[in-house]
Amino acid sequence: MNSQLLAVALTFLTTILLAIPFGKYIAKIYGGQKTLLDPIFTPIEKLIFRFSGINASKQMNWKQHLKAMLTINFLWFFLGMFLLMNQGWLPFNPDGNPSMSPDLAFNTAISFLINCNLQHYSGETGMSYFIQIFFVTFLQFVSAATGLALAAMIFKSLSPKKQEDKDAENENKIGYLRGLGNFYNYFLKSCTRILLPLSVVVAAILLFNGTPMNTEGKDQFTSLEGDTVNVSRGPAAAMIAIKHIGTNGGGYFGANSAHPLENPNFLTNTVEIIAQMIIPLAMIFALGYFINRKKLSWMIFSVMTIGFLLLTIPTILTEIGGNPAISRMGINQSAGAMEGKEVRFGTPASAYWSIATTVISTGSVNAMHDSTMPLSGMMQMLAMMTNAFYGGCGVGILNFYIYIIIAVFISGLMVGRTPEFMGKKVEAREVKIAMIVALFHPFLILVGTALASYGIMNIKDIAWLNNPGFHGFSEMLYEYTSSAANNGSGFEGLGDNTPWWNISTGIVLIMGRFIPIIGPLAIAGLLANKKEIPESAGTLKTDTSTFGLMIFAVIFLITALSFFPALTLGPIAEYFTLYK
Amino acid sequence: MSTQKSTSLFQGDMVKEALGQSIAKLNPKTMFRNPVMFTVEIGTAIMLVVAIYSFGNKGQGSFGYNLAVFLILFITLLFANFAEAIAEARGKAQANSLRKTREETPAKMLDAGGNIVIISSSKLQKGDVFVCDAGDTIPTDGEIIEGIATIDESAITGESAPVIRESGGDKSSVTGGTKVLSDQIKVQVTNGPGESFLDKMIALVEGASRQKTPNEIALTILLAGFTLVFIIVCVTLKPFADFANTPITIAAFISLFVCLIPTTIGGLLSAIGIAGMDRALRANVITKSGKAVETAGDLDVLLLDKTGTITIGNRKATKFYPTAGVTAIEFMQLSLLTSIPDETPEGKSIVELANELLPIGTTALNTDGATFIKFTAETRSSGMQLANGDKILKGAFDSMKKIAEAAGNTMPTDTAEAVNLIATNGGTPLVVTANHSIKGVIELQDIIKPGISERFDRLRKMGVKTVMVTGDNPLTAKFIAEKAGVDDYIAEAKPEDKMNYIKAEQALGKLVAMMGDGTNDAPALAQADVGVAMNSGTAAAKEAGNMVDLDNDPTKLIEIVEIGKQLLMTRGTLTTFSIANDVAKYFAIVPALFMAAIPALNGLNVMHLSSPESAILSAIIFNAIIIPILIPLALKGVAYKPIGASALLRRNLIIYGLGGLIAPFIGIKLIDMAITLFL
Repeated sequence: MNSQLLAVALTFLTTILLAIPFGKYIAKIYGGQKTLLDPIFTPIEKLIFRFSGINASKQMNWKQHLKAMLTINFLWFFLGMFLLMNQGWLPFNPDGNPSMSPDLAFNTAISFLINCNLQHYSGETGMSYFIQIFFVTFLQFVSAATGLALAAMIFKSLSPKKQEDKDAENENKIGYLRGLGNFYNYFLKSCTRILLPLSVVVAAILLFNGTPMNTEGKDQFTSLEGDTVNVSRGPAAAMIAIKHIGTNGGGYFGANSAHPLENPNFLTNTVEIIAQMIIPLAMIFALGYFINRKKLSWMIFSVMTIGFLLLTIPTILTEIGGNPAISRMGINQSAGAMEGKEVRFGTPASAYWSIATTVISTGSVNAMHDSTMPLSGMMQMLAMMTNAFYGGCGVGILNFYIYIIIAVFISGLMVGRTPEFMGKKVEAREVKIAMIVALFHPFLILVGTALASYGIMNIKDIAWLNNPGFHGFSEMLYEYTSSAANNGSGFEGLGDNTPWWNISTGIVLIMGRFIPIIGPLAIAGLLANKKEIPESAGTLKTDTSTFGLMIFAVIFLITALSFFPALTLGPIAEYFTLYK
Repeated sequence: MSTQKSTSLFQGDMVKEALGQSIAKLNPKTMFRNPVMFTVEIGTAIMLVVAIYSFGNKGQGSFGYNLAVFLILFITLLFANFAEAIAEARGKAQANSLRKTREETPAKMLDAGGNIVIISSSKLQKGDVFVCDAGDTIPTDGEIIEGIATIDESAITGESAPVIRESGGDKSSVTGGTKVLSDQIKVQVTNGPGESFLDKMIALVEGASRQKTPNEIALTILLAGFTLVFIIVCVTLKPFADFANTPITIAAFISLFVCLIPTTIGGLLSAIGIAGMDRALRANVITKSGKAVETAGDLDVLLLDKTGTITIGNRKATKFYPTAGVTAIEFMQLSLLTSIPDETPEGKSIVELANELLPIGTTALNTDGATFIKFTAETRSSGMQLANGDKILKGAFDSMKKIAEAAGNTMPTDTAEAVNLIATNGGTPLVVTANHSIKGVIELQDIIKPGISERFDRLRKMGVKTVMVTGDNPLTAKFIAEKAGVDDYIAEAKPEDKMNYIKAEQALGKLVAMMGDGTNDAPALAQADVGVAMNSGTAAAKEAGNMVDLDNDPTKLIEIVEIGKQLLMTRGTLTTFSIANDVAKYFAIVPALFMAAIPALNGLNVMHLSSPESAILSAIIFNAIIIPILIPLALKGVAYKPIGASALLRRNLIIYGLGGLIAPFIGIKLIDMAITLFL
């Protein structure tokens, strides 16, 4: 057990050590500075821009960024719906998987579009190779790049104003909005310079460890019992790499990273877990390098890390402790609570993964969350309810930005000064947007779960739920939490491929993605256009540990206050019942 | 006035008035302005219905319990209203005490024909002209259009020394309620009845025309956001509870909701704002809007006039430098002669110093038949023409030099050196001549107010930069600026220099405050983010600024900054306190909601409250009584300490954040123990 714990600690440490230089690299990419890979990618990017008629050096203001982002997302959605509903006759379908029903296609298209990858289907029987490549893998790249590109715009909005912006301000140009870089430029470079190189490395490691990468259809073998077993294969290694690098999390196979071909051994497990955390962590440091305020990065990193550890440590300890109900049956629990876990990964690595995947909006699993102890289940849900400790590709920073604004506002008042962040006054409009975004998360989760609870109590003939009681409630709560947080992992135990789950979670998914993106973007845009106030002794510095504590308190209070009653009826009630 | 300032927070008659107001403010139309308390009012109304229903019906708990919940919620509303009402009452009482002095005094109005008609002061219209003689009380605010008078303003400022007000200059304003001590003045009324600054301020305090300040609006949005979150939490709890087979009574739902929404800050928010204006009024500053007080807390730059703010009134003679060949006694006697009839403060100080230094018996000088030569801008000198024909003059160095050289005399080198020495030390040299020959130089020095550099230091720690504005030459200005500890200075300042300085600082994004009294200050007062006009100043200046200082005290800006900061801090800290309280309330109410159906959840009852009913009642009682407990803090404001923003945040987080987390655990437990005794 000790060596397993040590492995987990080393994995985390390695992730941080890799993320710091990678963050510096990301800052260089968005800052347009020279990097080693220029000779390879510059010509390719130029070609793409020329082909698509985009002037990548044109400055766009925040509204133009938003418009560009929404437009391409809108197109991808319809493209996705079309592909999913027609995969039956499209090429590369050696297993003959059928086209999806409209409600499942709706849910699946949205889910991949928004980097969530909630899956109400199983990859082996639900998708053709064509879809896995041109729908799943494609969206896993571009949806991650969308988040990264928007985070880059936020970085830009925090950097000092250029002279032309100051001139426009002095001339009192009405309606002038500051240019904050070019969306397409950030977007394309996120794909080519950040996601692609990392994915190639991870895919290669997976390939060497036995993950398939072919288009040959199912393989067959005869088991020791003499049964014939069909084994699904396909272009898996490439997809599994970007699934983690892009914090997507949708499994190639139904069992996700618990599947022996998707995650063959402890080494690949470690690589996959590093792969999913590296970009969210690197983005924090990239911010510091980009605006040249490394202390701010360290403050954000510390707050997020403390939050992450506060979720991870109890989870690991609970899982190591085993299940008391099984102990009472006289069964040895020295390996921890092993129900639903893979023997090749063990309890600590599975527990660590379960928090990593929920804190970051990956949502891939290497063990069944439904089988984890009540307290671990609560920690997994809390990770998604806060949704700001590291967070998904780019969007993690965006979510955290909202909490910064609220913390800045309250603490600004507490020191007797109109609140300001990076020299910009935070006023009624910004507070309004931040509150709407902060409000929407609990709204989606609680209202969704409330409607489902009501439905189950009152519409008996729909078998929505397999488990009764507190655990059944946790399953519903988890499903909506995962959808609203754009995580995509499932507690499972739901009959989830039904019109109710497909449509309701689909709606939650869209709102859970775009509202927390539009909000921070608008705030950043509004702040970017405000007058810069020079720092004085009365200014509250935002890169201090005191302010970090303030942000942490805000995150803790908002999450605790919104979800405490719901959690009480789910995991907390289950915990007290199990450990009485 | 000074007795007013030391009165206790709750005076009998004020409390009585406030209690009446607390009921009147229950009107939903008034309540709607405060979204947090408005939702409590709705909850209270629902509880009234539930209480009546439970009388004879089962399923919603006992009648007594429901009635108790209703009453506690009702009292919560009254407490919140009382907080606002008592703040208003205090502000009004303060303003009224100022207003009373001027009510119903007879006014000697000049009618169209120039005859004096006696009418009541309340009948005076804007533009009317009235006359005041020695001994009259000035009936209303106005501007002197003719004459000069000494006026006792102690009724307004508390300062007993009389002041001089005259037509023309920058000190032409008179205030209603003050008393003319000598001479006669003609005054033109500047405001119609009910339109004076004081009237406007009273209206602001009374709430009729009170507008929410930008920060107050933003905070209201934040609180409304939290309220909405809790509406969602409480509404969705119903299907959750149904799913878990744990029916929840309406009383429990409403109690949970009321406890969670930030009622503490919601109930105290407007009281805090009014108290801010009230504190300004207590400092004898009339503010024209609540926003001005709030902006004061954000100020980055203060423009301060040197004279009267940094230095005591006028320069004083500090030393005599006779030239070679002139004895000290001789020189001092000459200096005395130039200044005996001189009424200027400088002249008086020379007489004072000479009388002090001269040996006894040498001060009696023969001035029979002498005539005084007055100071003119042209000659820039003054002095005495003695009966024997001797002409003794004192004046600025360059003009005296010109006079001496014109008469064929040279400038002695030792005097020239002394003049330089004086100038570099920040002093003003006055050269004395007798019959156009230079006899020596008198040093005049600015006396820096005691304790002023400590105040600037405090401002610097708050992040406020101080700028001294003076008409002195740069050398003198620099010396005084360094000695007083200001951060910057504007020397040889003309009115437009102030304006330019303000604009330049504002272009950098800074907020600037200044104080002024003259008509030529008016544009700068209007340009500044906070412009404080002196009450003695011209009507134009008072109109341009957004505050009026009744004491005419230029150091008042420093107090105003602290009042502004206190206002914001009180809001911020009480918000934190209010929200932090919710954690304990959850631990009281949530187990109580479910314990009957899910006994295992007793593990969450960390406070070991005796029963679900007592837990809920304790939580809402705590929620109610915390409002009156915090009223004194809301009215007095959280103390501001210039220890740097981060240290201040840490301090307030510990007191109000951590305190807000812990206090309700103790409070609710104690209330529960008390309730259990009665149940």
